[in-house]
Amino acid sequence: MQIWDPQHECMPREEIAQLQLERLQATLNRVYKNVTCYRNKFNAAGIVPEDVQSLADLAKLPFTTKEDLRLNYPYGMFAVPLREVVRIHSSSGTTGKPTVVGYTKNDLKVWSNLVARFMTAAGVTSDDVVQIAFGYGLFTGAFGLHYGSELIGASVIPFGAGNTEKQIMIMQDYRTTALVSTPSYAITVAEHMEKMGVDPKSLLLKVGLFGGEPWSEGLRRDIESRLGITATDNYGLSEVIGPGVAGECLCKCGMHISEDAFLAEIIDPETCETLPPGSVGELVLTSLTKEAFPMVRYRTRDITSLDYSACDCGRTTVRMSKTMGRSDDMLIIKGVNVYPSQIEDVLFAVEGCQPHYQLVVDKQGAMDTLEIRIEVTENIFFDEMRKQKEFLDNVARRIHSVLGVGASVKLVEPKSIPRVEGKAIRVIDKRK
Amino acid sequence: MLKIKNLNSYYGKVHALKNVSLHLDRGEIVTLIGANGAGKTTLLNSLSAIIPVGTGEILLEGNNIAGMAADRIVSLGLSQVPEGRQVFNPLTVEENLELGAYLRYRAHGQRPAIAADLEHIYRTFPRLKERRKQAAGTLSGGEQQMLAIGRALMARPKLLLLDEPSMGLAPLVVQEIFRVVEKLRGEEGTTILLVEQNARAALKVADRGYVLETGKVILEGIASELLENKDVQRAYLGHDKKEIWER
Repeated sequence: MQIWDPQHECMPREEIAQLQLERLQATLNRVYKNVTCYRNKFNAAGIVPEDVQSLADLAKLPFTTKEDLRLNYPYGMFAVPLREVVRIHSSSGTTGKPTVVGYTKNDLKVWSNLVARFMTAAGVTSDDVVQIAFGYGLFTGAFGLHYGSELIGASVIPFGAGNTEKQIMIMQDYRTTALVSTPSYAITVAEHMEKMGVDPKSLLLKVGLFGGEPWSEGLRRDIESRLGITATDNYGLSEVIGPGVAGECLCKCGMHISEDAFLAEIIDPETCETLPPGSVGELVLTSLTKEAFPMVRYRTRDITSLDYSACDCGRTTVRMSKTMGRSDDMLIIKGVNVYPSQIEDVLFAVEGCQPHYQLVVDKQGAMDTLEIRIEVTENIFFDEMRKQKEFLDNVARRIHSVLGVGASVKLVEPKSIPRVEGKAIRVIDKRK
Repeated sequence: MLKIKNLNSYYGKVHALKNVSLHLDRGEIVTLIGANGAGKTTLLNSLSAIIPVGTGEILLEGNNIAGMAADRIVSLGLSQVPEGRQVFNPLTVEENLELGAYLRYRAHGQRPAIAADLEHIYRTFPRLKERRKQAAGTLSGGEQQMLAIGRALMARPKLLLLDEPSMGLAPLVVQEIFRVVEKLRGEEGTTILLVEQNARAALKVADRGYVLETGKVILEGIASELLENKDVQRAYLGHDKKEIWER
């Protein structure tokens, strides 16, 4: 297995800690000097950068949230003058004002390098033909993977999102070996191939680099068997850098966080307390190298856990588990914390289940109710009512044993749950 | 090799270094850049115990040298070439070099090695050999700088601190000095912490750099990336005018 940057990816843990402390202190000195928002927040908390003398002292600093980015829209969080910014990206802004992020020349160089790391870890080399099926534009995903591929020396096909039939034609004709997209789009591709009668085995596709939304191990197995590829996960968010924060190696046992560039913490999303290693909670990231848009303790809202144990691939960096959902997606049903991904896992465990489902949460009197809608497919189509009931009971029983909460399970018409080329809407909460 | 955590030092009553953390790996050339008064020299002087360390940890190959006496620090393998050369003017070149090995001279059975090292220094700096019997005060600035470096090397340091080696020297001499710095790392594997006003030259020879501003580290990075950093360019590199010896 190749390692792109062994010096930083295989550093002894204590050297990582020293480098992180140095870069953290330098970052804090810079943001305190250059970014009004941080200076005000630190002052309000009665903290100066010098108070941070160890990585544990990070917990003294205030968090940064998406709200801060909106309040400082568009350029208020930049730590360098705009003339030094060479690239501007933005989040979609589906929930209010968009947020704007910037990159200096060095930031772009660092970013490419970080993406090259996880792409190499997934097995991409200069011999590969990489088809990028993320949308180009303000979204960071496509550009990040694009630069990483070019740095590795792979051949990049900057296709962009959508137009699935043409994507498949190009995969066949241009001999694509690596697909970059969201995991749900990989399923769309597989569905189209089946419809078009294209045998995935006739393609040269060998690896998929999927990110941009949470996805389960079950979906991974589904994609791998239907497309005949190795499916790897990677993680990033535009507020922090875009893709390149973390990515899986071929051991598929968590995504290696590039710790020379990011400091990761896990907090309890309710109490905001820092949790010990191994706990499940919300990921909080601090950038250590970014010049234009440094981030101090950014609340990602993504739920994960950190594993500091050694990985077989030789990298020493901490691994984050697949994200289990968003802390704002977390459903509290009858007082129990439920993440949609837990339900997804159960659905996969039940043989024959396809990844199209929707959760509907409602209230009957004072009681919360959870309904799981599953699309009927050829595999879950039953002539006999008895078999259908057996199947539904089986799902309901497993959901209850995993979540500790009962749910009603319902089958719905094929294709009746809306699916998007980007991200899927999995939850409808009628209580709000 | 060297690991510094949260170093605080005072220059008189001025809080000159605030929470400085930095490290050097074996065989690295690392440069500190910053304006006058940023704390560069204070940092070197704190490392070699010329001024006392306020608080913080300085680990030289795992030994905490903060608060240790200067001679012990030298014997652990850290030598400094001070700003402005500070050679002993009335003494001859050879006497200056021998003084560099003072601690070793007192140790048992070191003398043959010292003689060999002297010859080695003369091979590195043939000019010093030509002037070995001459008083150091009569040397040119460049020769004095070579002598100061040679004197520090006589202690056989693992880590060499170089304070402003190019100060007041003609461009061609500066080029010569930087060649020596590269050679020391290349041939002897010496780890070097370089403080320089001439940031561009320093970043060209260094692997990594730290930017100090009013006693705080504000940037750390690979030297080639720092050269691209606009803050560094604006504050320390001036315009794109190249020095004659860089062309």
